[in-house]
Amino acid sequence: MSTTSGTSTGATTPSSTRAKPASKWEAAADWTDGRLGIYSLAKANLRKIFPDHWSFMLGEICLYTFIIIILTGVYLTLFFKPSMAETVYTGSYVPLDGIRMSEAYASTMNISFEVRGGLLIRQIHHWAAIVFVAAMLVHMMRVFFTGAFRKPREINWLFGAGLLFLGMFDGFMGYSLPDDLLSGTGIRFMEGAILAVPIVGTYLEMFLYGGEFPGQDIVPRFFTIHVLLIPGIMLGLLVAHLILVFYHKHTQFAGPGRKEENVVGMPLMPVYMAKAGGFFFLVFGVIAAVSAIATVNPIWSYGPYRPDQVSTDAQPDWYMGFSEGLIRVMPGWEISVWGGHTLNLGVFIPLMVFPLVLAVIWLYPFLEAWVTGDKREHHIADRPRNAPVRTAFGAAWISLYLVLLIGGGNDLIATHLHLSINSITYFVRVSFFLLPVIVFIITKRWCLGLQRRDKEKVLHGRESGVIKRLPHGEFVEVHADLSQADKFTLTAHEQPQPIELPAEVDENGVARKVGRLAKARAKLSEGFFGDSGQIAKPTAEEHAEITSGHGHH
Amino acid sequence: MKKLSARRRHPLAALVVLLLALAATGGLYAAFAPAEKAQADTSAQSLAIDEGKKLFAVGCSSCHGLNGQGTSDGPSLVGVGSAAVDFQVGTGRMPAQQPGAQVPRKKVIYSQSEIDQLAAFVASLGPGPVVPKPEQYNPSTDPAKNAADISKGGELFRTNCAQCHNFAGQGGALTNGKYAPSLEGVDPKHIYEAMQTGPQNMPSFPDTTMPEEQKRQIVAFVRHTENDEPNPGGLTLGSLGPVTEGLFGWIFGLGVLIVVAIWVAAHTTKAKKS
Repeated sequence: MSTTSGTSTGATTPSSTRAKPASKWEAAADWTDGRLGIYSLAKANLRKIFPDHWSFMLGEICLYTFIIIILTGVYLTLFFKPSMAETVYTGSYVPLDGIRMSEAYASTMNISFEVRGGLLIRQIHHWAAIVFVAAMLVHMMRVFFTGAFRKPREINWLFGAGLLFLGMFDGFMGYSLPDDLLSGTGIRFMEGAILAVPIVGTYLEMFLYGGEFPGQDIVPRFFTIHVLLIPGIMLGLLVAHLILVFYHKHTQFAGPGRKEENVVGMPLMPVYMAKAGGFFFLVFGVIAAVSAIATVNPIWSYGPYRPDQVSTDAQPDWYMGFSEGLIRVMPGWEISVWGGHTLNLGVFIPLMVFPLVLAVIWLYPFLEAWVTGDKREHHIADRPRNAPVRTAFGAAWISLYLVLLIGGGNDLIATHLHLSINSITYFVRVSFFLLPVIVFIITKRWCLGLQRRDKEKVLHGRESGVIKRLPHGEFVEVHADLSQADKFTLTAHEQPQPIELPAEVDENGVARKVGRLAKARAKLSEGFFGDSGQIAKPTAEEHAEITSGHGHH
Repeated sequence: MKKLSARRRHPLAALVVLLLALAATGGLYAAFAPAEKAQADTSAQSLAIDEGKKLFAVGCSSCHGLNGQGTSDGPSLVGVGSAAVDFQVGTGRMPAQQPGAQVPRKKVIYSQSEIDQLAAFVASLGPGPVVPKPEQYNPSTDPAKNAADISKGGELFRTNCAQCHNFAGQGGALTNGKYAPSLEGVDPKHIYEAMQTGPQNMPSFPDTTMPEEQKRQIVAFVRHTENDEPNPGGLTLGSLGPVTEGLFGWIFGLGVLIVVAIWVAAHTTKAKKS
């Protein structure tokens, strides 16, 4: 909770007229405050409260891995040469001795084998990137499933979405820089995708690559975009993201004493500062340990890129894996229109579906806001079970994403599970359409089941494990009544009612015109909050009746 | 002459002439006929073919036919050469256990001398690639030459082999359950023979398209990446590219970090645990 920030502070009063400062530190603080006016800022924010929950730290993992990536990235730029000029390798890695390669590849080999700590830093950079995007996705899922994207946090949701999207592309460009056989294949893939764009594809390709593939320009251009343009935008978005988190204050889960108007937790200073600071070093430690243990992107094994060579297992890093899946399972349709203009649908359709997969989940909050018509602020996070349609939608999206990842790794699944790659591809084609529907239905019913269980617990208490034998011989399990706090927590959530369409005829008996959109909205609202969308939570009256002694327990 | 002449009407004269004529013909034939043919019957090669034929009749003929002519269950072996037999039987692929998309490498059930006998028999059915000699596939004893071979072999490997066998020879998937097997632990001789004969789904690389020297360089590269090279980056994660890296990152990167986050969140200065 931010206290009201004082407007008149010691900033304007010269400290020398006052009593002598107690210590050197105080004098230094006074000096700084007199020039920067940080006292009021610090006073307002140092006691800011953050609620404690492990899932609220997922965003911190993203922040810290991002910092690690920037730190290690700066080190790598000291030695990397973003050039596609040809050179002959004479370094210490014998199996590539005398092989022709680009300066980019040779300098990455140099970083890996000659620069002190180079390989470890490279691996920390790459592993941190892999974890960074994964953490962003999980962080996004946490926000999604708890409904933390609702007003007033919609804009921040979009900032986060932008960070994820940029993070994916910066990762792609990053692993494309060494110009090894794998990354070159990825750049070739991208060329194919650009060429598949109707009408402008060839122009775009020539513009981006500076001529025919591979040309001399793509690595230097990617380098500038990778180290300057995208990280710059990301840094801006990140700051905006954090400012908004500060401004909105963090959401919290329901519980006694927690209201929409307050935040219950620990103050930033000193508790959260210590925890968050410590967590940074834990994150750095884990990433460094992973990087010291396991190889990532062994460019020396891949060899330098040559357009006439290719290796199997040519997949992108995991965050681009779903686009690989889209391409792999798409039938190779190709049609010719207007006398000889080829339309490469086998690549173009996946290219169009690729942003859709992400947009669908990013736009969902706005769909939900429209359906519910809810204009109020929400600072209490939902339990996923209490928003069954939203949870089911999120789970369906995850299933779609995972199916596409399976499609992207179909060859490894085939070899390791001794299956036919064709069968996997057909499975993915069918699952792409079918599985999200199945998962949606199962998840929604699951949530409703959990709601019923919560209701049961509130009304009848929890199972105590104590078996009692009644005088007439019947065995019953004794149910223990929940504490008041638990009952509150389980019933704190709101249960909105579905929107009702106005009566078909008005008071004068004239038929009302109801637009199709309004009808669709009412129908969706019924699906969200109607009888099939939620289980009515227990009321105080129900509870009173059961516990009054007339009930069975 | 008178004596001969007097006895020319003797009842046995015709017989004597006949014997003399036969002796002369036989002697002349023995003197001029090619000697090898006559000696072949008792050589080791002939014995090997005989033994091989017997082994073939027991272990192979049910699919390949008694004379290796092939049946509906197995291809003809006329002209496949001894190298193909040495590879297929020497890696345990043959005799096949069951029909399927591809016959896998398994335990070798024939001894090398039996394999040689089978190879001799199949080679006798028609000319084909022969088992290579050690100097054709063994690495060069000169370290500098060997290093150059490995680097050249790597380039050849990436051009000709990596698209199916993966950049580190870990193998990969082909259509309909077929696959390019891993090259890990494969005998250099068998790698060479595979290139020469093109077993199962593999294309063959005869000396006309890939000279002996290049095959030897590829073998040197495979041997180096499989055995000699310590991996500089730590665990290889199977050398399978970004898929296993992503899996590892999710489980041991993010997974561990989430456990750490739960630990940090669980330890706090709260007066009472809620």
